[in-house]
Amino acid sequence: MAVAGTSGTGTRSTGSMVAAASTNNVTSFQRRGPRASGADSGCSRLVSIAGTRRSVRNGQLLVSTGLPALDQFLGGGLAVGTVLLIEEDKYNIYSPLLFNYFLAEGIVSGHALLVASAKEDPADILQKLPAPLIDHSYKKECDEDICGHKMESDIKMKIAWRYQLFPKMEGRPVLSSGFGHDYDISKRIPQELIETSKWHGFFLPEKISSTFNVESCSLTSGYMKLLQFIQNIIYEEGFDGSNPQKKQKNILRIGIQNLGSPLWGDDICCAENCDASHSLTKFLYILRALLRTSLSACIITVPTHLIQNKAVIARVTNLSDTVVGLESFIGSEKETNPLYKDYHGLIHIRQIPRLNNLIYDISDVKDLAFKLKKKLFTIEVRENFYV
Amino acid sequence: ATLVRVQRGGSPSAQTEGKLTLLCDAKTDGSFLVHHFLSFYLKANCKVCLVALIQSFSHYNIVGQKLGVSLTAARERGQLVVLEGLKSGVDVFFRPREEPHPLQFLREANAGDLQPLYAFVRDALQPVDSGEAAWRCPVLLVDDLSVLLSLGVGPVAVLDFVHYCRATVCQEWKGNVVCLVHDSGDTEDEESDVLLNGLSHQSHLILRAEGLATGFCKDVHGQLRILWRRPLQPTTHRDRSLTYQYKIQDKSVSFFAKGMSPAVL
Repeated sequence: MAVAGTSGTGTRSTGSMVAAASTNNVTSFQRRGPRASGADSGCSRLVSIAGTRRSVRNGQLLVSTGLPALDQFLGGGLAVGTVLLIEEDKYNIYSPLLFNYFLAEGIVSGHALLVASAKEDPADILQKLPAPLIDHSYKKECDEDICGHKMESDIKMKIAWRYQLFPKMEGRPVLSSGFGHDYDISKRIPQELIETSKWHGFFLPEKISSTFNVESCSLTSGYMKLLQFIQNIIYEEGFDGSNPQKKQKNILRIGIQNLGSPLWGDDICCAENCDASHSLTKFLYILRALLRTSLSACIITVPTHLIQNKAVIARVTNLSDTVVGLESFIGSEKETNPLYKDYHGLIHIRQIPRLNNLIYDISDVKDLAFKLKKKLFTIEVRENFYV
Repeated sequence: ATLVRVQRGGSPSAQTEGKLTLLCDAKTDGSFLVHHFLSFYLKANCKVCLVALIQSFSHYNIVGQKLGVSLTAARERGQLVVLEGLKSGVDVFFRPREEPHPLQFLREANAGDLQPLYAFVRDALQPVDSGEAAWRCPVLLVDDLSVLLSLGVGPVAVLDFVHYCRATVCQEWKGNVVCLVHDSGDTEDEESDVLLNGLSHQSHLILRAEGLATGFCKDVHGQLRILWRRPLQPTTHRDRSLTYQYKIQDKSVSFFAKGMSPAVL
C-alpha cells in the first residue's frame, strides 16, 4: 500500500490494516481517521472513550493527570500507553497528592483502576481521594445532554478545552466525558463514586503471604507478582483488545506507590552496589511493554532521593516516558529564602516522551513551583525569580 | 542541510558498505537519528533488520510515514524484518516456551549471552538467492543497546553480540550495522562507559547528539558531532570530524553550522 507520506489527519492508519490480522489491534498510537479494520462496530469515526481526548499536535490519545495545570505542562495530558514517573519529594508529602489526583480523575471519568502499594491497603487509599468539585448550575443542562448529544459535547469540549481549567463541572461525574476536573482536597470523595467504580487492588503484604511459587527471573518476588497481577487484569478485562465482544472500550489507570522502596523487597534505596540492581529496571521494561500493548496509563512514585546509585536513577528515567520531579522546600535552605516564600516547592519536568513524532510538545516554561492550599494543589510559573 | 548530505560531505572516499555506525546521545534524545537511518536505508532499497527494543512498531511506522517510507509496506514485501522488543518481551516473559527466543534473557536470573538474539539477526538478514528482487546490502539497526544493560545483560555480552553481528553482517555480507547507545555522562555508570568506549573503538562513523551546554533552547535543539574513523588501523592522518547544530521539525531535521541558526541570523 503506497503511502504518499504527506501529513494531515486524513492519512490512513496503516497500523490498523496489519493489526486486523493479529488479535491485538488495540493501541492508542493510531491516527484519527477512517478505520478499515471495522473492529469498532462499524463506526466510521473513532468512538471516543470518556475522559480522554486527542492531542492537538499529533492525535495521540491522552488522559488527564487530574491536575489540569500539570496536563498543560505535559503537552495536554498523559499519553495512553505510557508511564508517568513522579520522583518523590523528600518526606513524601506531596507526591501522594499527585498520585491521588490521578486516581480520582480515573473514578470521575469512569476508568478502571488498579492500585498497588506495599505500604497502604488500596481500599484505604481510595477512601482518601479528593472530592470532585461539582457546579450545580450545570447539572440540568447536562441531564439533557446525555448520550444522543454526547458527540456534540465532545466537539464543544475540544474547542473550549482550555476553559476546563476553570471550575465547571458536569452534574454526573461518573459518566463525565470531560477532560480534567478540579478537586477539593479538603473533602473526601463520595462513597458512592468509589462503589460504582471498577477497581483492583494489589496490597503486597497480602499477596506475598501466599505460597504460590514464583520463578525469580532476577526480579524481586514483589515485582514479579505485581507484573503478573497487572498482566492478568489487562488480559481478563480486555484492555489489550483480547475480548473484542466486550462492551465499550475503557482505560485502565494503574497507580503504583513507592516503587523501589525497601517495602517492595528492593534494595536499591539501601545500598550503592545492590544485589537486585536490575530488578527495578527490568520491572519497568516489562511494565512499559504491558502498557504499550493495552489501553492503560500508569503513574508510579519512586523515592529517587533515596537511590544512591546515580546510574540506576538515569536508567529508571530512560525507561519511563514522562518524568516529573517534586522538590519540597521543607527543611531546606529554600524554606526561608524570600524568593520562594509564596511556594511550597518546585516541580521539575525532567522528561517528556516523543511518541509517534520526531518532536514533542514542550512548553517553553521551565520554572514551575507548587503550593498546597487548603483545597487545592496549584502549580504556577515562577515569574519573579529572575533578577 | 539534511543529514544525508551532511553524512556524505565528510569522507571523500566514502565506501558505504561493511561499516559500523555508532549513534550516541548525551543529555538529549538521539532517536531522530534512528528514524533517519531507518528511512534512509529503506529508501536505498536495502534489506533492513530493525531490533526495536524500546518503542512499539507503530511508533517507528508513524514517524517513518512523515519521513516518506511505509514500514508496513516494507515489512509486507519482505524488505524489513522487525523484532518488537516490547511485544515479544511480554510474550516470552509471561508465556515461556521451550524453544530459544531472541529475548529469552528476560526470563533468566543471570542473563547470559545474546546468542539467540544474534541468531535472529542472522536468520533475518541471510541473503537468499531465490532469484527474486535482490535487495542491496543488508542493514542491522538496533534501538537501543543501552536498554540491554538495564535488563541485566553485561556490557561484555553486548559487545560480543555486536562483534558477531559485525563479523556476519559487515564482513561476510558487506552490509552495515547501526546502533544507538546512550552516553551516561557523569552518572558513573561503569557498564555504560565500557559499552560506549568499546563500540567507539570499533566504529567507522560516530554520530553524537548532544544537548547544548547552555541548556534548553527552542530554536537549536542540540549539537551533532560527526566523527569519521578508521578503526583498527594505524591512523596516519587524524580522524575527520565536523560539528553541526540542529533543530528537529515535524518531518525533518535541519542542520546548520554553529551559531548560524536561522533564528539568530
